[in-house]
Amino acid sequence: MEERMESVMTTEITADKADDKTENNVENKIEDKTGNNAENRANLANFETTFEQLTQQLLSDVRSGEHLKIELKGEQSQFVRFNGAKVRQTGCIQDGQLTLTLMQNQRNSFREIPLTGDWAIDAPQARDAIADLRAEISQLPEDPYLVLPQGEGTSREVHKGQLLPPEAVASAILPGVQGLDFTGIYAGGSLVRAYADSAGQHHWFDTEFFSLDYSLFTADGQAVKGTFAGNQWDEAAYSAKLAESKHQLERLAQPPKSVLKGQYRTYLAPGAVAELLSMFSWGGVSEDALQRGGSSLGLLQRNEKRLSDKFHLMENFSRGLVPRFNDWGEIAPVALPVIEGGILKNTLINSRTAKEYNKTANGANGWESLRSPEILPGTLPAADILKALDTGLYLSNLHYLNWSDRPTGRITGMTRYACFWVENGEIVAPIENLRFDESLYQCFGENLIDLTNFQEFIPEVGTYYHRSPGGVRVPGILIEGFTYTL
Amino acid sequence: MISELLKAIATIHLPADWIGLRAVKESASYRHVRDGIPQNNGKSLSQGIMVEVLVNGQIGYGATNSLQLGSIQAAAQTAYQQALAASQWAIYPMTTQVRPKVVGQYCSPIVKPLDALSSGEVNDLLIRLCQTLKVDDAIVETSASAITNETESWFVSSNGSEVYQKFLLLETQYRATAQDGNNVQERSNNGYLAHSYQGGWELFLSPQLWDQARRTGEQAVELLSAEECPNTTTHLVLAPDQMMLQIHESVGHPLELDRILGDERNYAGGSFVKATDFGSLSYGSKLMNITFNPTVAGEFASYSFDDIGAPATKEYLIQEGVLQRGLGSLESQARMGVAGVACARAASWNRPPIDRMANLNLEAGEGSFEDLIREIEHGVFMEANRSWSIDDQRYKFQFGCEYAKLIENGKLTKTLRNPNYRATTPEFWHSLVRVGGEPTWEMYGTPNCGKGEPNQAIRVGHGSPTCVFANVEVFGGGS
Repeated sequence: MEERMESVMTTEITADKADDKTENNVENKIEDKTGNNAENRANLANFETTFEQLTQQLLSDVRSGEHLKIELKGEQSQFVRFNGAKVRQTGCIQDGQLTLTLMQNQRNSFREIPLTGDWAIDAPQARDAIADLRAEISQLPEDPYLVLPQGEGTSREVHKGQLLPPEAVASAILPGVQGLDFTGIYAGGSLVRAYADSAGQHHWFDTEFFSLDYSLFTADGQAVKGTFAGNQWDEAAYSAKLAESKHQLERLAQPPKSVLKGQYRTYLAPGAVAELLSMFSWGGVSEDALQRGGSSLGLLQRNEKRLSDKFHLMENFSRGLVPRFNDWGEIAPVALPVIEGGILKNTLINSRTAKEYNKTANGANGWESLRSPEILPGTLPAADILKALDTGLYLSNLHYLNWSDRPTGRITGMTRYACFWVENGEIVAPIENLRFDESLYQCFGENLIDLTNFQEFIPEVGTYYHRSPGGVRVPGILIEGFTYTL
Repeated sequence: MISELLKAIATIHLPADWIGLRAVKESASYRHVRDGIPQNNGKSLSQGIMVEVLVNGQIGYGATNSLQLGSIQAAAQTAYQQALAASQWAIYPMTTQVRPKVVGQYCSPIVKPLDALSSGEVNDLLIRLCQTLKVDDAIVETSASAITNETESWFVSSNGSEVYQKFLLLETQYRATAQDGNNVQERSNNGYLAHSYQGGWELFLSPQLWDQARRTGEQAVELLSAEECPNTTTHLVLAPDQMMLQIHESVGHPLELDRILGDERNYAGGSFVKATDFGSLSYGSKLMNITFNPTVAGEFASYSFDDIGAPATKEYLIQEGVLQRGLGSLESQARMGVAGVACARAASWNRPPIDRMANLNLEAGEGSFEDLIREIEHGVFMEANRSWSIDDQRYKFQFGCEYAKLIENGKLTKTLRNPNYRATTPEFWHSLVRVGGEPTWEMYGTPNCGKGEPNQAIRVGHGSPTCVFANVEVFGGGS
């Protein structure tokens, strides 16, 4: 499997937060100037109309003793793939998937079906799915930890955007990179997540946004990474972003230096920190994983190890980039401290885990993964990074991380993109990529010297099965004795 | 469906050089039980159609999950507009040679149909597996999963292609986790969803199933008291369930022509292999013979045609250690001017075809497992992948396994926990000193090979014998 990419986002989606159990419409008032946006909104309107009609009908047909929840994932997306400052592939997709989960007598099953936005197609398909569920459910074993819908929470968030018309994307992006080895992908369009259930909860989240995730390469294969994302295409901001990337590319002009394996003082830029942070969602902050020995934070929870008192990790939904409702329609708190001053303050607990282990749920999703995380900044100013690093490695990005020994928090991965050898506070040369193998208890623990006094937003650019919204907000970190093995 | 698609394509009137329609219908069931308690029960249906249009040397696509004629026509119009707008920036002037006329069918072999077991029967089976895995109080978690999948695809084009393919797939998994404080050990049946094949329930319901499950639980407990894998450089013997990952990451991905052409550099990465290496590069020892082979009955990624209509054939990628050809579709072959294979594959109707592995197999050599071990004075035998990481050029890798045995004086002796190894790809494959014979050859698969922008997860299959590598750095866990 592959990995997530990173860099600085210059234009950020902004929206007000949705309050618990309140109808909250936060439509951003942005003039719709493009035909593309109009078409996207028309398709979304079909989705919403059909979703509402289906929800009304299916929920009114719920029988005594039955519980039903209905979830929607939909998108109208354009993907333009670039290589060598040319177009490799280009196209648009329209997709919608409805998941119906029926619960009865402590049993449950789901059906996932297409939602096309055409009532004549979608309605009979949904009715057939419910009939199929009713036929199956009695065959299934009981689930003592089944979570039934409850509460009356509703929310509605609509974030309109102003994106490039689909036919204008290549011509807007490519002229500025002619003469450069530019590769990457533009992904843009509208996205919907919705939820309704037989207890009366109802949530709607739709947003229009784009991301341009790219790399610029030198002739000998070194590269810088850039990400430009938001809900409005801003030509001036794009030009500024490109200028910044071109400047970084100039630093890679000299041949890379081969660095021997060993331990080096290291600065991890925000893009690299975001990669490390992703590991906290894979056998990390999940209460279920902790209960079953599948978490890297077991040592922290049992107070056998601790992280640096400079390290603070929290969930922060205040920017409204992702839905706050989860798989059960529950609204997560706007902010939840996870690690405070190096101490595990809260794990992520969903309602199922809470039921199984007699805990209190805190709005976590089914996977108990971080959805809108933030590592708080420290005191190191940007201008002092190289001076504070003194002699060691400056890493812009990391690549292909995996646990090499999860119970001890040991992670392996590779350096990637613009990474440099630094001596006496001066960049000497880019480096040949190195493999690292290091415990998070070292790099976020006793070896953590400082974090930068600024954060960067690293947008989520993943598109497995669906385009993903959101991102992470992280500072850079300076650490002592980071371990390189190959 | 073919006739309906032919009617639809006849109604699309665009000034295009070529038009293709690829419809996909994927029906799957998911059953997952943990500690004997159901975690996930359900079925999914995904269906839709991708229209590709070739205009001025550029292919554009439009995809929709509605199979209504109006939606297909709208998708075609979108594809046309996309191609037209991008054609002035086209990376290569594509022609209809990359979309040849092809007519044919394919269907997976099957003995016991995927619906032969009811939902309740599958759950009963998985619960019983959990009970069998729980051999000791030290087992803190047991789990078992089964995923059935029936995928049909239909492909028609303006130059007369008519292809229907039907894939019947079964993915299964069971696993036990043992814990003693901070010592946590997992053991599974050959790694995460490694039992992924084309076929039906006959693949899972073998007479050995229950003995294997019990042994899996016993080995998880055994690992708790095992020694750490030593930190040393020694002979490394890899079982076929780890060779699967080794072949996939350090042979399959670096040989993808789209990586060498640079398409993938912004995401999964490039390759240490260069375009001029084909036909001459010594990739590994002379014992190394690797084929691209989508024609193996029952292997997970078998098919008769790729998703742009190229007929699938068995081809040697590496023969006697020398690189012969890459994993490149008709599009990549045209752009690069080297030989490739039928490997333009899409994860579904809503993703465009790109260069992918299908089945990549290492051909058997000679000797039984005992023959291989007998000749080793000191070494480590590792089974079942647990951790994987490799650089963006597919050069420096580090892999970890679930279970290992120390080899001393030609015999397997102590059990070792947390076994890992690291090396660089050319050095590693040149250290291949023994390739086991047919009795050691086993076949596995995975549904989760990730690549591409937009991202795509796709099925691949890998078969291999047990292999011996000399002078490899191995090491254990711990801080």
